[in-house]
Order: sequence, then C-alpha cells, then structure tokens
Amino acid sequence: MKIVTANDLKSGAVIWWTGVGWSLDVDEAADVGDDGAKVIAREEGAQNAVSAYVIDAEKDDQGVRPAHIKERIRAFGPTVRLDLTVKPADANAVNWVI
Amino acid sequence: MYKYDEYDQQMVDTRVAEFRDQVRRRLAGELTEDQFKPLRLQNGLYLQLHAYMLRVAVPYGTMNSAQMKVLGDIADKYDRGYGHFTTRTNIQYNWIKLEDTPDALADLAKVEMHAIQTSGNCIRNISSDQYAGASADEVVDPRPYAELLRQWSSFHPEFLVLPRKFKIAVIASEIDRAAMRLHDIGINLVRNEAGEVGAEFYVGGGMGRTPFVAKKIKDFVPIDQMVTYAEACVRVYNRYGRRDNKYKARIKILVHELGLEAYSKEVDAEFAHLLTQPIEPPLAELERIQAMFVDPAFETGLSDDLDLSDPDFRLWVERNTFAHKAPGYVIANVSLKPIGGIPGDATSDQIRLMAELAKDYSFDELRVTHAQNIVFPHVKKSDLYALWQKLEKADLSTPNLDTVGDIIACPGLDYCSLANARSIPVAQKISERFGSAERQAEIGELKLKISGCINACGHHHAGHIGILGVDKKGKENYQLLLGGSEGADTSLAKITGPGFDEDGVVDATEKAIDVYLANKQGDERFLDTYRRIGMAPFKEAIYG
Repeated sequence: MKIVTANDLKSGAVIWWTGVGWSLDVDEAADVGDDGAKVIAREEGAQNAVSAYVIDAEKDDQGVRPAHIKERIRAFGPTVRLDLTVKPADANAVNWVI
Repeated sequence: MYKYDEYDQQMVDTRVAEFRDQVRRRLAGELTEDQFKPLRLQNGLYLQLHAYMLRVAVPYGTMNSAQMKVLGDIADKYDRGYGHFTTRTNIQYNWIKLEDTPDALADLAKVEMHAIQTSGNCIRNISSDQYAGASADEVVDPRPYAELLRQWSSFHPEFLVLPRKFKIAVIASEIDRAAMRLHDIGINLVRNEAGEVGAEFYVGGGMGRTPFVAKKIKDFVPIDQMVTYAEACVRVYNRYGRRDNKYKARIKILVHELGLEAYSKEVDAEFAHLLTQPIEPPLAELERIQAMFVDPAFETGLSDDLDLSDPDFRLWVERNTFAHKAPGYVIANVSLKPIGGIPGDATSDQIRLMAELAKDYSFDELRVTHAQNIVFPHVKKSDLYALWQKLEKADLSTPNLDTVGDIIACPGLDYCSLANARSIPVAQKISERFGSAERQAEIGELKLKISGCINACGHHHAGHIGILGVDKKGKENYQLLLGGSEGADTSLAKITGPGFDEDGVVDATEKAIDVYLANKQGDERFLDTYRRIGMAPFKEAIYG
C-alpha cells in the first residue's frame, strides 16, 4: 500500500493521512493508491501539513508498517528513548522498528 | 567573557521580533512553506525526523552559568526535558514547536544567546579550544580573536549566501583540541620571532562525503590584518566555489580542484586589494574584546596537593582533568558519555546543575567541547573533590575522557532526517562492551567516532576508529574505518573493508582493539600502533 506522511505545521509532530484528515497513529494511515501527489498538493496548500511525501507500507492484523526503517522510526519515535515513543511502557515494542 | 554591547543586543532582539512576525504570518497562512523555510533555517529551526529541531549557538563553546541555566530551562519549557550538545559546540532541542520558537529565542536573547547562522550557507558558529584561557600551552587566549571573527561574520552581507556552509576554528596552541585542520578555515594563533601575535591560516579542510585535511596557506598574517585575510579567503571561495552541485560546493573542493598555489594566488590578489579598503576592525576593537577575557581573580599561594585516597575520585582526576596555567587550579571535564548513555545528551536538571556548579567552582564559566562534553575551566584543586561528589550524584562523573567510552556520535537515524542508519545504539553497545574502568585503562587513549551518514557530523573520518552508517538495500549497515586523527597529527581514517550489521560492527571494533593490544609497544596509543603496523593485521583479524 501507499501511504502519506508529513509533519504538523504547528507542532512538527509526525502525522499520517487517514483519507479524511491527519492522525498521529500510523495504524490509521489510509492507502492512497496513486493519489498521493493529489493529497499532498491539497493538504500542503491548506497549510496544515509540511514536508509531506508518499511511502510504501504493508498492512496486516498488527496494523500498518512502513516499508523502510526511517519511516518506522518516524512512526514509533527514537529507538534510544523508549519513554518518548508511542509505546513507552512496552520494552519490546522497539522490535517493530528493527 | 564577552558581554553584548547595545548593538549586539539590539541586533538579536530585532531578529527575535522579526522571526516572531514571520512565524505569525506562516501560521496565518500568509507565507508558504517554500517562503518560510529559508527564514526558519536562518534562525536555526530545522524540520527533523520527528519534529522541529532548534540549534542554539554557543560561540567558541564558552558560556556563563546564567546562559547554561537558560539552556536547561528551555529544555523544560519548550522541549522534553533534555538537550543534545553537538560537535559544533552547539546545543540542539529535538521537540520544539514552531509556535513556541519565538518565545524560546526571546528567552535566549535575555542571556545574550541566539540561533542565528546555525544553519544555511553562511559562516557558522566559530569554534575554539575548550581549554582557552586556562591551559598553560597556549600562545594567547584565542577567544577574543574568535569573537572578533564572530562579529565580522555575523550578518556579513556578502557571506549570507555562500555556495555552502562555512566553518572556522581558532586555536592558539600546538596541541589542537578543536579539529582545526578539518575546518573550511583553520586559524592557529602564533608568535613570530619578534614576539608579535599573528595568524597561521589553513584552508580547505572538512569531513563530509569528500574529506580533506586543510592545507597551510599562510605562515603568519599580522594580527591587524587577520579579518582582512579571512575576508579574502572567503571572497575567493564565494566567487569561484561551485553552486551547480551541492556535493562539490565546499571550499575544500575548490582548493583541491584549483590547487593550493592557484587558490593562494587569487587570495593574495584579493588580500592586496582589500588592504586598500578600510575593512579591518581597528586594534582598539580587539583590545576592547580582550579586556572582557582577562583572567578571573585566581588566588595565589595555593597548594597543588590533592587528596586522592578515594579511588573513584583518583580515577576521575587521572582521566578527566587537565593541567591549569595557574598554580592550585585544574581544568575539569564532565563526560556526557555515561556507560550505555546517549553521547552529548544532558537532562534539564543536569544542565542546571552544571550551571550552578560553574558558578560555585569555576568562576561562572563553562565550555562545550566538540567531543560533546562540558568543561569547568578554572577549578581550585581544593574544591575538586566537592565538585566531583556533586557531579557523581548526578551521573556526570564518568571517568572516560578520550577513551573508547568517550564516543562522538551524531543523532543518526533516531532523530535526523538525513541519516541512513542509527548511530546512538552502536555507541551504546560499544560503550557497554568496554564499560569497565580496567578495560578502558588497558586500552588508553582511543577516539571513536560514529556518523549515521556520509555527511560525517559524527566525525568518523577523524576517529582512531570511525564508524559510518549507510543504507544497504533498506537495511542499516556500518563501515569500519581506522587511523583517523583530529589533532596536530590530523589524518583521515581508511575503510577496513565490507560493512557489518549493528552487532557485527561492535564485534569488529573489539577485534581491532584486540589487535592493538596484542601489538602495542610501550606507551603506544591505538593510533600509534595502527600507524606503525598498518591496516593488514587489523583486516586479517576482522575478516580473516
């Protein structure tokens, strides 16, 4: 699947396009198919998101997993500071990134 | 320390107000990201992997307690309770919100700090020797000269849009503690036979994807022509440096492609022309600055004796302190490299504690080093044990300066949008593997540096052991390099061979160190043994 990621203009937080808006949770990312460029043009024009780009990802029972480690780290948080990640209480969660 | 005059303060305050308005217009949709991006970068605000990152300048690495305290406060008020000290002797905050940035900059301006020229193709923060004004081996205190160059380069109208970023280091001793020859311009302040101070100039050094050691271009530029000569060097670069390819745009490429002789000829012609123009600041300005860098009021008649009966304190003194020029005083280094920690990171509480300790024990002064550590430059030996005890309680007393645990590492793929691989986990694993004090003592001085991409922010080219993270078909892969150095004997490290995964490069590092230990003669450091026996035995052990 193809998904769109960006940063929130105000906070800089990593965000994912859900099909109707932006989410902080990669699992809510929508498959944009071939429409990624259109989504980016519209959303950057609306000035809520910056640095948007399309990436490859896979979806299974566990959720959405970006294909490249860079975006998995974007989705998860810094692997060296679990307290700052999306799953601070789960010591094994970093395995999802690697 | 330098104190802002009304012009300095007005420039910084005006810049904060200007940026506040730019942020307002961006948030109101009056500026597009394309319009806004160069404006935020001019104020040190990047967009990184997870969030905005604010890079704050610490000119020539020198701060007072009030400034350091504000750095800690900003970490709490606007970020997530910590900061990252960098190889450019700056500090970075990784989670700043755009809407908070003007307030953070206003807080900085109140203590004479800013984030101007910490990004973009301009002259960046000027670095210097972290022991400036404290060590016995310096010709002069290099900081007033660095300050003069800071003032010259700040908002310099010709040099705000250079072909690429531009970095200058100023030192004044034979021992280079600032990686001077790995800068676009390196200046070593020297005395001539008549005892006059002048500037020995080096040009064209740098790391990145095409590393070069800077070449000496001038043995002695009279001090009242130093700024003019620097201007000539940068002007020639600005005129001829490539702008068509960012990877070939640094001055090192120009000097390499033109050749030092041809580049030097151009600089001499420009220098001769500039000498006819009144661009050199009057010596009175240098003297005004120098008056702010006079020695603190060192006590006299102090004893040099230290009670070293506490073995942990003794180890720290042996490893982390350096001789001071004043009897009864010592230079104390705080390693920001606890075993298994994140190199260069400090919590807001640690930052504020160091600020407080500097006030109590080091004449209100601190330094940031390019090795991502902190220095108390002027500590009375009779206070050293009390200082160490307070550092120890805050996990700031790791006795590993210049050893295998004192690793330089860039933020890598955990934070940086340019990185290809994570640097910090590799640093943590190596730090843990060689964590015991006995092991570190056996190995002795070993500078290990890790970069998460070819941009070399982690200085891997200059590591006795360097590690470079690359992307290999979507997977992190690490190349091992040996034989780099950043001191007076600057050299560039060479790649050992095929790369490794994360655990593999830690194992390979250990094998390289084992080769050193098996072959070292006398007091040889790792680097000395490598230079004597060459790469072959290391390759054999690592790949054989």
